[in-house]
Amino acid sequence: MALVWFLLLASAFASAVVDGKMDGLTQGALRGAEDAIGLVIGLAGILALWMGLMRIADEAGLTRKLAAALRPALRRLFPEVPRDHAALDAMALNVSANVLGLGNAATPFGLRAMEALQTLNPHPRVATDAMILFLVINTSSVQLVPATVIALRAANGAPAPTEVLGPTLLATTVSTVVGILAAKWLARLGRNRPREEA
Amino acid sequence: MERLADVVGVVSTWAIPVLLVAIPAYGFARKVDVYGAFVEGAKEGLQVALRIAPYLVAILAAIGAFRGAGAMDRFAAWVGPLVAPLGVPPEVLPVALVRPLSGSGSTGLLADLMQSAGPDSLAARIGAVMTGSTETTFYVLAVYFGAVGIRRYRYAVPAALAADLAGFLAAVAVVHLLWSP
Repeated sequence: MALVWFLLLASAFASAVVDGKMDGLTQGALRGAEDAIGLVIGLAGILALWMGLMRIADEAGLTRKLAAALRPALRRLFPEVPRDHAALDAMALNVSANVLGLGNAATPFGLRAMEALQTLNPHPRVATDAMILFLVINTSSVQLVPATVIALRAANGAPAPTEVLGPTLLATTVSTVVGILAAKWLARLGRNRPREEA
Repeated sequence: MERLADVVGVVSTWAIPVLLVAIPAYGFARKVDVYGAFVEGAKEGLQVALRIAPYLVAILAAIGAFRGAGAMDRFAAWVGPLVAPLGVPPEVLPVALVRPLSGSGSTGLLADLMQSAGPDSLAARIGAVMTGSTETTFYVLAVYFGAVGIRRYRYAVPAALAADLAGFLAAVAVVHLLWSP
């Protein structure tokens, strides 16, 4: 990210030299910095509202309930993990916390899941198929309500900030399904070749 | 396809109101101190907003300079013809490219896109849908693999990026389907 940031600035400078737009660069940078703080204020209230609501859901046991509902599906996705292994519970809790948008609550479950999967790993420095599949599900995002995006739309004066909810749900389903298929396919490719230790 | 658009629309309109009532009702039924729990969570939400503030300043200042210097126009003029046939507005590409690298970075770029093109422009809508449907892939992989000492990721990066790309293309398709003029 440091490189991306630097490239943005460097190419801005180069472009300003070529076009003679040094004023534009300065103004753009100052306005951007100023806008950032206004944006934080716009975001803060909506994020607080949403995370407050989700905390109620969590304390009412919704995360655990969702995790229980997800378990059968996870068992089928991870046939190599024993039925009663702690990894399945931790993965289910991680995914359900992510579905509810409880990022901070999801991470400890996710780390616990990785530790549990590591106990099933014959080569401790090499990722297993189960670990990769779990992380692909995690990174393809299964969030039900993208609170930050909606807050951004509201802060920028969109007349219907939540209009993108349905489309997002559709797109995230596509990304998760494609991720699972890609991981399963690449795992099968790898199984035909012996795995060497790193 | 029109049916799909209807369903998607209903989900968008009803999700928040239903959750806003159903969750406290459920919490109440389960004897949760709903007000106390809400305030605790809200506190965390404010901390999140405060935590991303310096990142937003960094990104919005840099992208502001980039745009003000005319570099964004140059970028769009170069890349636009390549992606236009796919229905991808060039302005959304920075958001899509940074999304797997940095959550706060892509949030800043999306904010800038909404401000410059309007929150309901095709580009900003694609950016919004895409951001909500993918994650900070490289960060997640680094944290989780790092925590258990995995050095060889094997095919984790291509599989995760395939999911990100699919999310992006799905976002382009569904936004065109619903809002293309």
